[in-house]
Amino acid sequence: MTRHETFPLRLSTDKPIAIAILAMGGQGGGVLADWIVAAAEHSGWIAQSTSVPGVAQRTGATIYYIEILPVREGAEAILSLMPTPGDVDVVLAAEFMEAGRSILRGLVTPERTTLITSTHRSFAVGEKEKPGDGIGDPLTVVEAAGIAAKRIIAFDMQSLAETNGSVISATMFGALAGADVLPFDVSAYEAAISAGGKGVAPSLKAFHASYLRTREEPRDPVVPDGAKVLPVLPAATGHAALDALLVRIRAFPESAHAMLFAGVKKLVDYQDPAYANEYLDRMDEILRNDIAHGGAAKDHAFTQSAAKYLAVSMAYDDVIRVADLKTRASRFDRVKKEVGVKDDQLIYTTEYMHPRMEEVTGTMPASLGRFIESRPALFKALDKVVNRGRRVKTGTIGWFLTLYVLAAMKGMRRRALRHGREMAHLQHWLDTALTILPRDYDLAVEVLNSRRLVKGYSDTHARGQSKFDRVLAAAPMLIGKPDGAVWMQRLRQAALLDEDGTALDGAFKTIESIYA
Amino acid sequence: MAERSFAREVEDLKLGDGEIFRGEGILAITKALLQSGVSYVGGYQGSPISHLMDVLADSKDVLNELGVHFESSASEAAAAAMLSASVLYPVRGAVTWKSTAGTNVASDALSNLASGGVTGGALIIIGEDYGEGSSIMQERSHAFAMKSQMWLLDPRPHLPSIVQAVENGFELSEASNTPVMLEVRIRTCHVHGQFVAKDNKKPPYTLRQALENPRRDLSRIVLPPAAYMHEKEKLEKRWPAAVEFIKSRKLNEHFGPAEGDVGIILQGGMYNSVMRALQFLGLADVYGESAIPLYVLNVTYPLIDDEIAEFCIGKTAVIMVEEGQPEYIEQTLSTVLRRRDINTKLHGKDMLPLGGEYTAPVLVKGFTEFFETHARSVLGNRPPLPDASPTLDDPRVKALNAVVPQRPAGFCTGCPERPIFAAMKLVEGELGQHHVAADIGCHLFSILPPFNIGATTMGYGLGPASASAFNVESDKRSIAVMGDGGFWHNGLSTSIGNAVYNKQDGVILIVDNYYSAATGGQDILSSRADNPNRTTNNSIVDAVKGIGAKWVRQIDNTYDVAKMRDTLKEALTTKEPGPHIIVASSECMLNKQRRVKPLFGKAVKEGKRMVRERFGVDEDVCTGDHACIRLSGCPSLSVKHTDDPLKDDPVAAIDNSCVGCGNCGEVAEAAVLCPSFYRADVIYNPTPHDRFLARVRGAVIGFLQRRRDRSRLTFAH
Repeated sequence: MTRHETFPLRLSTDKPIAIAILAMGGQGGGVLADWIVAAAEHSGWIAQSTSVPGVAQRTGATIYYIEILPVREGAEAILSLMPTPGDVDVVLAAEFMEAGRSILRGLVTPERTTLITSTHRSFAVGEKEKPGDGIGDPLTVVEAAGIAAKRIIAFDMQSLAETNGSVISATMFGALAGADVLPFDVSAYEAAISAGGKGVAPSLKAFHASYLRTREEPRDPVVPDGAKVLPVLPAATGHAALDALLVRIRAFPESAHAMLFAGVKKLVDYQDPAYANEYLDRMDEILRNDIAHGGAAKDHAFTQSAAKYLAVSMAYDDVIRVADLKTRASRFDRVKKEVGVKDDQLIYTTEYMHPRMEEVTGTMPASLGRFIESRPALFKALDKVVNRGRRVKTGTIGWFLTLYVLAAMKGMRRRALRHGREMAHLQHWLDTALTILPRDYDLAVEVLNSRRLVKGYSDTHARGQSKFDRVLAAAPMLIGKPDGAVWMQRLRQAALLDEDGTALDGAFKTIESIYA
Repeated sequence: MAERSFAREVEDLKLGDGEIFRGEGILAITKALLQSGVSYVGGYQGSPISHLMDVLADSKDVLNELGVHFESSASEAAAAAMLSASVLYPVRGAVTWKSTAGTNVASDALSNLASGGVTGGALIIIGEDYGEGSSIMQERSHAFAMKSQMWLLDPRPHLPSIVQAVENGFELSEASNTPVMLEVRIRTCHVHGQFVAKDNKKPPYTLRQALENPRRDLSRIVLPPAAYMHEKEKLEKRWPAAVEFIKSRKLNEHFGPAEGDVGIILQGGMYNSVMRALQFLGLADVYGESAIPLYVLNVTYPLIDDEIAEFCIGKTAVIMVEEGQPEYIEQTLSTVLRRRDINTKLHGKDMLPLGGEYTAPVLVKGFTEFFETHARSVLGNRPPLPDASPTLDDPRVKALNAVVPQRPAGFCTGCPERPIFAAMKLVEGELGQHHVAADIGCHLFSILPPFNIGATTMGYGLGPASASAFNVESDKRSIAVMGDGGFWHNGLSTSIGNAVYNKQDGVILIVDNYYSAATGGQDILSSRADNPNRTTNNSIVDAVKGIGAKWVRQIDNTYDVAKMRDTLKEALTTKEPGPHIIVASSECMLNKQRRVKPLFGKAVKEGKRMVRERFGVDEDVCTGDHACIRLSGCPSLSVKHTDDPLKDDPVAAIDNSCVGCGNCGEVAEAAVLCPSFYRADVIYNPTPHDRFLARVRGAVIGFLQRRRDRSRLTFAH
């Protein structure tokens, strides 16, 4: 193979087309790479693909890299085994944050790169495990792509694949064909799929759907999900008790109407109209205070926050609530839809419940509950009987009746031990906010918002509650301090970052160092 | 049998003279072995060479026809020892593994093999797991070649070159009576390319012939005085023979002009990256023309002093492109030049980075400095280099750093190891943190979020051994985790035997998922499937009891989180002396699904009553605290935002990829999380009895639901 040329020699300026695929394990990135290679070879081009799957196969992110070049007689192309930043023509990203990763790796540049990406999200562990909302903002990717890419093709290729009974590699391949960035005929793509031999018909169907989609509507706007739907206040319901509630809501400043209505709806559903009236009684007092301390200038932010978190606090999760939700007809329908049950199939659900004695005494009338709780030996003995995981088959008559009866205990809820405790805890929180309100409006609003930390069941609930108590206890220290409200907000955010409260400890230390 | 079929790849092995092979590098090597008349092949699976093993395991017919013996070796040491067949008999043998991890394990046998030397060609195919995508320590296999004086081939990443290297390797081995290592990097193993195939060749001398005509030669055994003779023989006979063969067969290649002021010496494996870098600098083209003289070392050990001298004489400077560290080749070059008093400047790791992958941009940087120092004129009109930095410097692009998440490897959907670590997490909550020694295998993903369990990993099957120092009086016991792969590879003797003998009081958790799962789901001794070619179904519990372990607990269903938790707690707190061994068994879900899914579909099609389970979350019960996710990390358990204005944080959600393993429910129950999980049992082809029951239940439940709905006051939706 030794070759000697005389210098200077003439160098060819031919360049291969470079294609990078970013996929996660299990997304079929390898299949897509194989198809591209086959389409190129079918068209008389030379193709080289490579990848580094390794452990990334297990849910990690992997890059597949392909170079293609027309065959030149008598010459053998030397192709690269890895992409060079700034030197990639097509990037295919099988998930939206992977598109972000391709941009971060310099694979997408405005002079050359067509970015073909699915807009769906598959959240990483780091995003999912946060006690709060750890989901990355997709608009950051949208903005970066606008700067980095020469051309963008972006839509939800995952659901398009699912609708067509196939997987995302087929729709990505269709988008690549539709984008017309490679000099191959559609038939070459089809031949590549057919030669693959597995699941050819659904793959072709998804391929074509995506091909057409790419030609007609290559780009979907990306909207971050989680947009809240605020209910519109209806004129009337035809039911006196409900209409009376509507009338009361209308007496509030308009900016609070939607949230108040959401709260009222929730509480009527949770308990009854009387309970919703109780909520509005509290809200009346809150509004009075809000107005008295300059709320009008702040769009009644205090009332708005209270409308939300007071409703959440009053609708605390208890056994009765869970039994009620689990036995509803609407829930049975939703499960059927979610699981995708066909008409000729049957479905049964099993609930995983683990009641403890605390829940039982909590549901008892306050005096009885306290009686048992104050006798540790008795409590322990009863707990032994109760505290056990139970698999509740809601679709069977016996279990359904059990839950049905439990849900019927709604009427006794307000006399129950748990209710008294919840209300006391709630009152302390409201009092703290109301005390601060005259001295530091913004801080008082943040005190209300910190109620977000109370959530979950059993241990998780206890941890959330203790974080909430710690954050709440810090409020008096922040009164009147510059940035007091901002710090309150930071404490809340820190508390939502990890389970053990490490970030919260850190935030407290910082505050102490600033204000000590 | 591994649950994945390689039937299509097996077809590629049957290609004959003149036919075009199209496929992966590692499969090209597999085909090349058969074309070279190999008699036996062994090895230990692992990325990036697993496919060689997998395809041969599925190729019984092809192998039988050729009379080739193939074995899935128990470990790399077993594979290396297998090459002993080529010591006295003229049979060609090849073994393969991931390196340097596997070479470390194999080195005892390799040293002995290399000392006595071989008669038949002995080829060691090394999957060099270095650089991006690697799963092991970043080291070089080169050192093993040097210390044992085995020859090291590093062919250009180009299928015809790799195939040629296999054939050359056997011949070189025979010509110099020395085992030969063939190094292929990760990307090269997975590169898709083509070459013109040749017919497969039956070995001219069979293993049967050897067995029936045994030979013995005392001078080949590593014992004094032969051992001293071996060293002499290596230096005086085998090395010169190798040099002669490499020279005469021109195994190393020259590209570019014969003359030049400067030149580049490179490992064969670096060729494509070097060419791309030169192309960026306007000094080469995509068809292999180069304006700079290149000396390509397809053999990186031994080096051919004369060739080096010839290449360097008359040049102002050369640069050595040698990936990985330390720079063994560069050091040798320097000795060669110094000894011969050749004053060509030598560069290498002074201009290129000391470690890490030599990508085209890295090489462009080094070459630019090299040319600017020694041959400014060749750079001429520099074409603009590909450069992403203007894009990357934009603050709106930089903002991505805050949102693009890490994607650490994790357990697959429904993995049976997940509940084990969920249980460990619960025990940690009760008894506090413990020292956890990990091993090699899927279970090692526990060290990553969300579990964050595991302090060290010391090697395959060495987990419990790596906790052996902690055998002292203490209020806490150490925990060592080891997979079934590691157990059979090395763990039974090195870890369990060691623990029993030394009365190690810690806890040893053996994760038995019926396969060597991390390497691709190959069968092992304790696999539950019947494998006609292997002996499976050998119990791990019997094995550990057989070597004297007393406190042994078997858990047959790892998804029983409460039992798992209680057993772990018992092991950590019992007064009985250790080692406390827990064998936790459930089938690898990836492989189980490959096996079960088609069966399920078939049964449904045939009209049989089948039940599919999957999990779901009642989103109005979920409060979005994600405690369940912190005890799971399952890909199918995710989160979603709701439009409920009263809910700030996303709620848990399970998608359709859920395989109904049960972990979510078990964890929710054992950890007393929340009642929002449900298991849905979907009955396909229900029986008349099913339908009757469903009608009755539906009638009663429906009546009650309607009754309550009527009494419930609601605002219209």
